[in-house]
Amino acid sequence: MNEKISLDISHLPNHGFGPRTLTWWGTLAFMSLEGTGFVLAIGSYLFLMVLAPRWPLSSLPPDPVAGAVVMLLLLASVPLNKLLNRWAHAEDLPRVQYGLIGMCIFGILPLIARGFEFGSLRVRWDTDAYGSLVWFLLGLHTAHLLTDVADTVVLTALMFTRHARNGRRFNDVADNAFYWDFVVLTWLPIFFTLYIVPRL
Amino acid sequence: MSAPRDAALLRDTSPDLDDLRARLTAIWDTPRGLWGFLTTVDHKKIGIRYIVTAFFFLSLAGLAAMVMRTQLAGPNRHVVTPDLYDELFTMHGTTMMFLFAVPVMEGIGIYFVPLMIGTRNVAFPRLNAFSYWVYLFGGLMLWVAFLFNQGADAGWFSYVPLAGPLYGIGKRSDFWAQMITYTELSALAVAVEIITTVFKMRAPGMTLDRIPIFVWSILVMAFMILFAMPAVMVSSTMLILDRLEATHFFDVSAGGDVLLWQHLFWFFGHPEVYIIFVPGTGMVSTMLPVFVRRPTFGHLAIVVSLMATGFMSFGLWVHHMFVTGLPRLGESFFTASSMSIAVPTGVQFFCWLATIWGGKPRFDTPFLFILGFIVVFVIGGLSGVMVASVPLDTQVHDTYFVVAHLHYVLIGGAVFPLLGAIYYWFPKFTGRLLDETLGKVHFWLALISFNLAFFPMHILGLEGMPRRVYTYPSDLPWADLNLLSTIGALLFAASFLLLFVNIAVSLRSGALSGDNPWDAPTLEWAAASPPLPQNFTRIPLVTSREPLWAERRDWPVVGGLRADRRESVITRVTDAVPQMLDSSPQISIWPFIAAIASSLTLLGSIFTGWAVIGGMLPIAVALIFWFWPKGTKEDES
Repeated sequence: MNEKISLDISHLPNHGFGPRTLTWWGTLAFMSLEGTGFVLAIGSYLFLMVLAPRWPLSSLPPDPVAGAVVMLLLLASVPLNKLLNRWAHAEDLPRVQYGLIGMCIFGILPLIARGFEFGSLRVRWDTDAYGSLVWFLLGLHTAHLLTDVADTVVLTALMFTRHARNGRRFNDVADNAFYWDFVVLTWLPIFFTLYIVPRL
Repeated sequence: MSAPRDAALLRDTSPDLDDLRARLTAIWDTPRGLWGFLTTVDHKKIGIRYIVTAFFFLSLAGLAAMVMRTQLAGPNRHVVTPDLYDELFTMHGTTMMFLFAVPVMEGIGIYFVPLMIGTRNVAFPRLNAFSYWVYLFGGLMLWVAFLFNQGADAGWFSYVPLAGPLYGIGKRSDFWAQMITYTELSALAVAVEIITTVFKMRAPGMTLDRIPIFVWSILVMAFMILFAMPAVMVSSTMLILDRLEATHFFDVSAGGDVLLWQHLFWFFGHPEVYIIFVPGTGMVSTMLPVFVRRPTFGHLAIVVSLMATGFMSFGLWVHHMFVTGLPRLGESFFTASSMSIAVPTGVQFFCWLATIWGGKPRFDTPFLFILGFIVVFVIGGLSGVMVASVPLDTQVHDTYFVVAHLHYVLIGGAVFPLLGAIYYWFPKFTGRLLDETLGKVHFWLALISFNLAFFPMHILGLEGMPRRVYTYPSDLPWADLNLLSTIGALLFAASFLLLFVNIAVSLRSGALSGDNPWDAPTLEWAAASPPLPQNFTRIPLVTSREPLWAERRDWPVVGGLRADRRESVITRVTDAVPQMLDSSPQISIWPFIAAIASSLTLLGSIFTGWAVIGGMLPIAVALIFWFWPKGTKEDES
């Protein structure tokens, strides 16, 4: 067969943002599978709760203050995260650098509050099935929080190197912002499950 | 900021095709030797590794089955102890499901999806490499543990409380639970790659209605993995926490529940069956037109059926739990849903029959395996409709009837198409054809011995023989059928030996195949056999669902990709209009190192929870080096 060049695509760009890119779809796929994990973990909590004669089984509901602080901090990070996403699309390096430093702080503060949150659960993981589930749910979300904060810190460092002036890096920043939204959003149903449901 | 077009950049529009081919081969090639072995990100090499490793685990699980069948050949035999028998059937089932069936389908998907959609590698090639190593290490860990008398022994679905801290002895169930983490991590990574690859890397012109059915089937498989496997990861993590950290998820005395395990496991476990079966049907739909010389009848109906099967497979899991005393309304719902999934599969069968009816069949080995698949799977499907009914299921639950059913469905539905696909695609892997005569002997031996091994189990089950007993008394009327089954099983194993002999001989002296020995229509046959490292020197422009049948004179391609770095075309999800020229990563050792760090962490966590804390730093370091830009041309934007 004779090869015939029927379409010239040399004019196409070498990077993009959002659903144009592979990383956006990869991030979405990871969010889908991790979200399924969250749904199943919450489902397990509700499953055992329905079977139990009282809930919590043998302890008081957790003290909600630290969890609420985490939620407030996460919600407070949303505007900056949106701005960071916009600056990344505009490939505005100085603002992206400031935004990333801000997001590092907005990531580390909830992690500190999370430490106190584990201390205010009023139950141990080995007390009963309720305690196991509470620690499991909180642990699952903490793993995501920790991962994204670590990722943000590394990305921040990267954006202060010679590699920063590159469209791909700005796309990385945008995808990181996308994932942070997921970390924030997943905390809402978990907060509801951990702190509101046992009081209903 | 789109990159300024630099006219001096070397692009693939130069008329000297030989020069371009050599240049791209050098850019996409993997170094020889150990370094190349550990660092490759070529989807073809990784796909082959998946397939070979999966067949290695198949052989181990097959050997376990042979020992079990020898034990059961007559009453009161003592080839193995009851304890070892428990380990053998658990290792057999676990290995076949987690280390053979799913990974082999993933491997074929990893190898062929990029070739069939006209691109040069999968999305996230380094994640692909990582996924393979994690799979390998997880499988080896399970079998090395078995050698040290720590083989899993609570069945492939590892029910609690048997697998829990109270009854699960030693570290056996811990190795099982952690093996799940390895293989599911690997499968989820592959699912993410496949979905992204199929959505965004199809050759220009490959609109949704031009995607080959095999690619659709792998895409549906990937989505099922994405939503099913988290369930088993969640449940196996809970199990290992119950065992090692004294949690109480499944501990009834502390507010836990054993049925929580069953719900979570089967929410994964039932889609798992279709994760294995759907790619098998995709292989059939792809091979069939080639051997009957006409396009598939009902392309759209088959694609919709695949999707319907994927969706519906999530609504059947409770039929594995009919004897647990669930509310009757629930049982009725799941009976109805279990029976209704036969509808999309039935649609596919009628489409295949219509394709054969309207074509001119060529009875080569792959086609024989398709016919074998149709016969065997229909028998398995019929017994499936039977056990979907609660009264019948209650009667035959945990008997050999279910063993017969699941082997008819899984071997019939997935292994027969897979064997046909090995004959079909072997020329693409190697440039040589498998021997046809040996292939035909293989087929007939496999078909007859399979039925000899497994059909008697239906009768044994109806006669009341329970699963998972290491022996039976001589006064029960089960001896003759068991002996027949054992003879069949040994012959079935011999049929695999015949395949391995055929492969070994044909690799050295098989007839040279050329690029497209079957005159097949899909894009993988437009690549060389075996494909060059870059797959396609110029990316094809797809104009038809059967491009190689539609374009027999001029081969339309796209031009404009850079010829001085690894570059692929990114296209729009729906209509495959080109959007970007994205680079593809070079080789890297870091996925291998990250896999070692992750594997040691998971292994260590079986013995101490501190391993998770200790493993975080090495994993983080490996990942940082993995992703940190190296200043190569692939990093330019």
